Formats: sequence, C-alpha cells, structure tokens
Amino acid sequence: MSQNLNQTEALKQALSNRSRPKKASPLSTCATFSGRMLLKIKYVPEQLFDVTAFPVIYLLMFTYLFGGAIAGSTSAYLQFVLPGILVLTVVMITMYTGIELNNDIKKGIFDRFRTLPIWNPSVLVGALIVDVVRYLMASTIMLILGYLLGFRADGGILGIILGLAILLFFSFSISWIWTTLSLIMRSEKSLMAASMMILFPTTFVSNVFVAPETMPNWLAAFVKVNPISLLVDAVRGFMEGTPDYHALLWVCVVSVLLIAIFGPLTMFLYKRK
Amino acid sequence: MSNSKEELAIETVGLVKHFGENRAVDGVDLSVKKGTIYGVLGPNGAGKTTTIRMLTTLLKADAGKAKVLGFDVSKDADQVRQRISLTGQFASLDEDLSGMENMVMIGRLLGFTRKEAKQRGQELLTAFDLQDAAKRQVKNYSGGMRRRLDIAASIIVSPEILFLDEPTTGLDPRSRNQVWDIIRLLVDAGTTVLLTTQYLDEADQLADRIAVIDHGKVIAEGTSSELKASVGSGKLHVRVLDPEARDDAAQILKGALEVDVQLGSDPLVITAQVSDHKHVARALTDLASANITITDFSLGQPSLDEVFLTLTGKPVEDQVKEAEGNV
Repeated sequence: MSQNLNQTEALKQALSNRSRPKKASPLSTCATFSGRMLLKIKYVPEQLFDVTAFPVIYLLMFTYLFGGAIAGSTSAYLQFVLPGILVLTVVMITMYTGIELNNDIKKGIFDRFRTLPIWNPSVLVGALIVDVVRYLMASTIMLILGYLLGFRADGGILGIILGLAILLFFSFSISWIWTTLSLIMRSEKSLMAASMMILFPTTFVSNVFVAPETMPNWLAAFVKVNPISLLVDAVRGFMEGTPDYHALLWVCVVSVLLIAIFGPLTMFLYKRK
Repeated sequence: MSNSKEELAIETVGLVKHFGENRAVDGVDLSVKKGTIYGVLGPNGAGKTTTIRMLTTLLKADAGKAKVLGFDVSKDADQVRQRISLTGQFASLDEDLSGMENMVMIGRLLGFTRKEAKQRGQELLTAFDLQDAAKRQVKNYSGGMRRRLDIAASIIVSPEILFLDEPTTGLDPRSRNQVWDIIRLLVDAGTTVLLTTQYLDEADQLADRIAVIDHGKVIAEGTSSELKASVGSGKLHVRVLDPEARDDAAQILKGALEVDVQLGSDPLVITAQVSDHKHVARALTDLASANITITDFSLGQPSLDEVFLTLTGKPVEDQVKEAEGNV
C-alpha cells in the first residue's frame, strides 16, 4: 500500500514539473535522428552486412572475373576498375536507405514524430546522414582491400578524399529518389523491384567496367551522358591525379537537381502519409 | 459568449473525412472544455481514430473546421503541435530502442539538452514504475508497460491537451486501472484529455462528457448519467431455484420494475431491462415476501451493446460487420 502511495507521490511530482524548453533547432533534431539510427545499429550490428560484405565481394569478383579478359591482367584492370566498382557498390547500397524507411515508417513512432513541433525533414535528413557514414565505411573497406591487392592512387590521399567527397555527395542526393519511392510503394518487394529497375541499367550501362570507346555508337552515346559515368569520371580523375572538372560540374548539377526535386517530393508524401 | 469560447480546448464544426466512398468521419461537431476529460465512445470503424488524427494534425479534413486551443489545425499546425501530445492506438514508440533511449530521444526533440532529457526521463520512468525496465528494448515490454511508457513519453513536456486513442484496449484489469489513475492525475495537474474508447465502463469511469460516435456521426452526447438515463440503468438478471416458480417470479418482477421481462432459454433465468435502480430493491423484497427462492440476483451496467441497441436499434456486432462490409 505504501508502495502505491509512493508511486502516486512520484507521479504527482513528475506531473507538477511543467518546464518547457526552447524549441529544438533543426540541427539538433537532425542530430537526434542520426543518433536514433546509430542506436539501431548498436542493437542489430548485422545491418552493416551490406556495407562490409558487398565491397569485398564486388571488388574480388569483378577484378578476377573480368581482369584477364578485359585488360590482359588483373593488376592492370584493378587500377582502372577500382574507382568504378567503388561507385557501383556505394550507389547500389543507397537502395537500402529506401527499404529501411519503408519498414520504419509503418511503425507507430512516426505518428509521434509528425505531431512534434520540429523541422519535419529532420527525421529523414538525420537518417541519411548516418547512411552517408555507412557509405563511407563501405568505401574505406574497398579502398583498403584494393590497396592490399595492389591498387595505387596517383592522386594521393587528397585525390582519394576529393573522390570520396563527390561520391558521397552524389549518393546522398540519389537517396532522395529512394525515400520518395519508399513512400509511394506499398511493399518492400515492389520497392526493391523498382529500385533495381533504375539501378541495374544505370550502373552497368556505364563506364564502370569498360571504356565507352569499345561499345557500339548508340550505346556509347548513352553511356557518355549517364550521370553514373560522369560520376565515375570525376572519381577516377581525382584518384588518378587528373581531375575531370567537366564531369565534376555535371555531377554537382545533377546532385543538386535530385535534391531539389526529390527532397520536397519526399516531404510532401511524408506529410500526407 | 467570448468568455465561454476561451474555455474550449477543442472545437470542431462539421468535420468530414472520406477515404474513397467510405465517409469515415461524416460531420462531427465536438466542443471540449479545458481541464476536462472528454470520451469519444464507439465501436471499431466508427471514425474515432480518424477524428483524432485530424485533431492532431496528422490528417487534413475534407470539410469542416477544427480548432485546438483556438488554433486552426490545418493553418496553425505548428502552434497546435507545440501544445498537444498524442498517444496512438499502436504504441507511438521506437520498439528497437530501450525505454530510456526513447525518453531521451523525444526529450531532445522537444528541446531539452541531453542531460535534462535524461533527468526528465528518469523522473517519469520512476513515476510510471518503469525504472527497472529502463534499459530494456521496448519490444520486450508487456502491453501495460508499453502503454505507460507511451503516456510517459507524451508528457515529457506537459501538453495542454493529451489525445489518447484507445488507451486501455488489450490491457489486463490491473494495467487498465494504473492507466486510469495516471489519466486522472494528469487532469488534476491541469491537462485536458480527449480519449477514445470502445468501453462504456471506461468512459463512465473517466469522462466528464461523452460523445457516442457511429458511422462517422455523433449520435448522442452528454454526461455519462445523461447517456445512461437514455438507455436505462442496465440489465437485471435473476435465477430462481425452482423452475415451477419462474412464471410467478416473472409476474412479480414485471409489477415491481414496471417494465417487460424476458424469459431466457434456461428454465431458471429471468432478465429485464431496468429503467430505475429504485425499483430493483422493491423487486427483491416482493420476491422474498412471495416466498420465491432465488439463487442469483445481479444488476449489470448497461453495456456498449445496449447503448447502441437503444441509440441505433442495432447491436454492435452488426455495426462492425456493416462497417467492414463497407471497406
């Protein structure tokens, strides 16, 4: 009985505390949502499987499968293909951002988030920031493995950092396509299918594996304007120490456009859901 | 007049929301006074949750007006959000995180520093008897613990209005009583509460006023005693010892209660809808003086079923089937 009485007292005490803090800034709410995603990784570290296993499998598979046939030797091919496979892997991994959100948004917690007086996009921006960290992890693993296999970047550390920066920026931008799709598609399967339909042709029909000069003209024409090819050019340029500013400019334009279109579209769908 | 307006926490006029052909909310008028508990009572599919979602800025109304604390829910959504909290029908918590992590996260989003959010979380978890489970993932909580954490998370910053969507559905009686106590203390501390429920008993126990809602319309509104008066005081259930005596007993009850009685398929049972409690005492003495021995004599509260039967002429099950048929 006295236990109950204490409980009631504690309740009254807690309820009488009516302090009201200042509204949280967008920066702080983004950080909180990033923290939420990090806590999820803490509980289920297996979800890092895609960013740890994929880079290893992809790099080994493509280098040793195609190396001899395409470039005459695997070590020569590695030098050419690593920046490309880096782009392919990271861009492929962005797809999981959408799948995660598609699962997440069905949960009751989102009703609470939407009724909080916060900057609405922060729930998605916060999650995407953590995703960028995941992409960085995948990139680091692939670069380390590549280095062990004999890859050398002529652009040095700075070239690698700049190459990664543009890759991560583009990946952040393209993630907004997946967040939009994840709010439209009703099931994880259909979302996966739609994402694959976009990702497979755009990543493979590019200059990731072979130079476009070896392709038929009509295909080479597409490959040359494919944003993925431009991204590969930009990353390759930085890593080889011969920056391709033309490609860099176009990648930046495409990235900004993606955010400008799919960011507001995502938010519109998110509020309506 | 203007004074009474200021006392209203929630005011809706002709609120409408349809999903395709289905008019989920079909012209709902509500006025809820500040500092009271308002119950929205109805079966599944009546439009309770849709109404709450519109009032908490989660859904846009197709027609009608809704004001919460004087702010229009669609035009001043941000003002509304700063003053309300929602505890949804399905736990509005992150199941993957621990109780404390949920509290800190929501506290941070509301503008507390990490340290303040932790302190407040600790204070509330203790008050809600959850301190031992603070570090466990919410997915491992029982239904009652989840509900309490959900409400605790809703009052990290004391809201002016707390919306509770079916706060006790699926809870065992002990947890239900705990939730009721919490709601009462909240109102004592100055919060207005709007809750939805399927249980007349719950609305009766808690709510100052009740709106009965069905097919998206308010079909009755008033205090619990007003509503009960409209459906009678409940059902009297009598069991006689000797089946031969049942007909005599039925006659006596009919005279004493001044209503029709029903003879059940069980040869010992008589039931009657009672309009006034006072008659029941008389019926009991009349039966005793006629020397009829009874083995069971009970007066039940009118159930939601009976309220609906009286108000709509149909029992709840039919209503639910109909609602499901519409989807």
